[in-house]
Amino acid sequence: MAIWCRTLTLDRWRQAEGCTPGTGADAAPLVLTIDTAHGPRIEAVNAAALAEGAAPGMMLADARTLCPRLDLRPADPAGDLAFLERLALWAQCWGPWSALDAPDGVLVDVSAVAHLFGGEARLLADVTERCAARGLTVRVAIAPTAGAAWALAHHGPERAILAPEHDPLARLADLPVAALRLDPDVLLVLRRLGLKRIGDLVRVESGAGDRAGGRDALRRRFRTRHAASANPLIRLDQLIGHVPEPLLPVTMPEVPLVQRRLMEPIRHRDLLDTVMADLAADMERLLEGWGEGARRLDLAMWRVDGEVLTRRLDLAAATRDAAHICRLFAAKLDDIDAGFGIEMVRLTASWAQSLPLGQADLEAAAEEHGTSLAACIDRLSVRLGAGAVRRPVLHPSHIPERSLRWQPPLEPEPLHQEELRFHARPAKLLDKAEAISVLYASPDGYPRRFRWRGEVHEVARVEGPERIAPEWWRERGNARLRDYYRVEDGEGRRYWIYRSGLPDDGRGGMPDWFLQGLCG
Amino acid sequence: MELASLPRAAELVHAGTRNPRWHPGAAPALHSEIFAASSDGGGMGALLALAGAALRQRERGRVEERALLWVQDKAAIRLSGRPYPPGLPQALRHRVIHVAADSAKDALFALEEGLRCRDLACVIGEIAGNPKEMSFTASRRLTLAAERHDVPLFVLRHDARLDLGSARMRWQVRSAPSVPPLWDRGAPGHPSWHAELFRARGHAPGEWTLRDDGHALGAERIAAPDHGDLVPDADARSLETG
Repeated sequence: MAIWCRTLTLDRWRQAEGCTPGTGADAAPLVLTIDTAHGPRIEAVNAAALAEGAAPGMMLADARTLCPRLDLRPADPAGDLAFLERLALWAQCWGPWSALDAPDGVLVDVSAVAHLFGGEARLLADVTERCAARGLTVRVAIAPTAGAAWALAHHGPERAILAPEHDPLARLADLPVAALRLDPDVLLVLRRLGLKRIGDLVRVESGAGDRAGGRDALRRRFRTRHAASANPLIRLDQLIGHVPEPLLPVTMPEVPLVQRRLMEPIRHRDLLDTVMADLAADMERLLEGWGEGARRLDLAMWRVDGEVLTRRLDLAAATRDAAHICRLFAAKLDDIDAGFGIEMVRLTASWAQSLPLGQADLEAAAEEHGTSLAACIDRLSVRLGAGAVRRPVLHPSHIPERSLRWQPPLEPEPLHQEELRFHARPAKLLDKAEAISVLYASPDGYPRRFRWRGEVHEVARVEGPERIAPEWWRERGNARLRDYYRVEDGEGRRYWIYRSGLPDDGRGGMPDWFLQGLCG
Repeated sequence: MELASLPRAAELVHAGTRNPRWHPGAAPALHSEIFAASSDGGGMGALLALAGAALRQRERGRVEERALLWVQDKAAIRLSGRPYPPGLPQALRHRVIHVAADSAKDALFALEEGLRCRDLACVIGEIAGNPKEMSFTASRRLTLAAERHDVPLFVLRHDARLDLGSARMRWQVRSAPSVPPLWDRGAPGHPSWHAELFRARGHAPGEWTLRDDGHALGAERIAAPDHGDLVPDADARSLETG
């Protein structure tokens, strides 16, 4: 079922003014405008102004020349959208779910619910009546697909019903092509082609009559248009249900929220801690009832002098443990400036995940004093910063410093190929490879001796080179290859060093040497 | 103090009966400290070998793999780099959770939090130099936390003076020339380390050459001339009652 609020902007304005159509402020010619780069443009007009010649989409200056006594009010598109969202939720009284159809419509799924209202005609009558009671002028239609319902609501007869046994193309053939929800430029193209009604388009598309060549031409014309609103052929298929059209249902997210209004503004930390403990206990009870745990918590404190202080807490795993939440927030409340006092404190779980009730371990929990891994990570990331606690995971790349990514510790490890067993790698990798000066017998041969951090190492044993080519698909063309050597010096210290490039590769002068890793 | 824990006269006469030599199969200490030069990867290698041996002993028959917390302070990261999983022992490779602490104080906090966590297999710490936070009191806190929650702790001290500490085993480690591999005599072979246990609770000090082949820890004692029971170096003594 499609509900189209034909004059949503004007209806909302009338509600705000508290007048009925045609009376009070609405009796005089009036337009609602929005500001554009070329001056105010008319968004909606009332009946009196329409009679004077003003129309939606006109510039205000043009309308003023037609009707100098035109009254002017600003329109509120953001407010309209918010109202439409509430309307979509309200419209769920006729069906299990609804979707927004911006800017001024709502789609409701009424499959198999019409009998609850005494049939589809009675359902439509009910919708019109209840919307009229709210001061909304609506046009409604019921059809098997969202596209057909939309077309009938906007361009069809009043309260049209397209039953599943009807042939949709036959019923919709007389509607203009604008009923296909197309972009204005596509409509222009179709009008220039002489395709004004859906029936024309269907005749060409099916290749009936003398227009057999027209179908291929039409398909070729819209071959590259992949967006549904730019391709009339996709829209036509959606209309008759050959192509699915997913809709995004509107749901009401309910954010767990607890707050305390304080009788006296508090200025001291220990009082704030008490309030915090109360809030955390409330939050625990609330989340437990919902079977959820918080991943992100926002604490907001309203000060007497109009300031709002906020603190945000991210948790490594869903939790609702009040003591844990309190402890983590305690570290974040140290720098709170209470000023003349805090009069209201609110705790919201802006990101909650499902966390079913679990059976506590009867014996072990009493004996084990330790914390869980998630709690430990929470404490560490609150104190050291979120980026300090991470887990190294492999990334598909041959370049050693790129073959490692760091991700939050409790996230699942991405799939990767097992590393090759015959590659010996160092246990530690320096953040940035350090330049070393190397003595060698020949420029592309084994290193003999190198100096690193002011200390000379004699190379006693060496293995290599292991050649790692640059990643040509992401590096510049003059990136040099690397020849890695595993070396051991006279005292048994092992290092992983590489020569960047070859002497005669034509990508720079003599190659530099770097030390990248320390072997265990 | 219990009477049974006091040394008997016969044990006082023969120190060896009460303080047997350390050997690789001995029960691992819960808090070990390893001193090594930052330019020498051998300290890290010996630590991983000791930690691996301890984990193999403790996790025998355990099915699930628990994570391993690896804490480094900023100076340690700068001097010796970050852990690189492809080069770590097979058993530890996928279990690392890394903590980059800004200062030694934060690193100590992270170590203590890690020890309190029941879901960790072991905690590894790296601290560079002798920061003033790394005092005897701090190390005593770590020892107590490790023993209370039964989580082994291995601390690697880069370029540090041998200060006072309450670790149950204190090693000084440097790399030793490796055993030449079977096929390529010129290549570096299986690593080995020269480790000196200079202070341990329940063990006499001694020197070993350690090796790890991935399945077991091997130790070869380096015989030192026995001077009888002379008083060991004062700076290597811990203040606690052994």
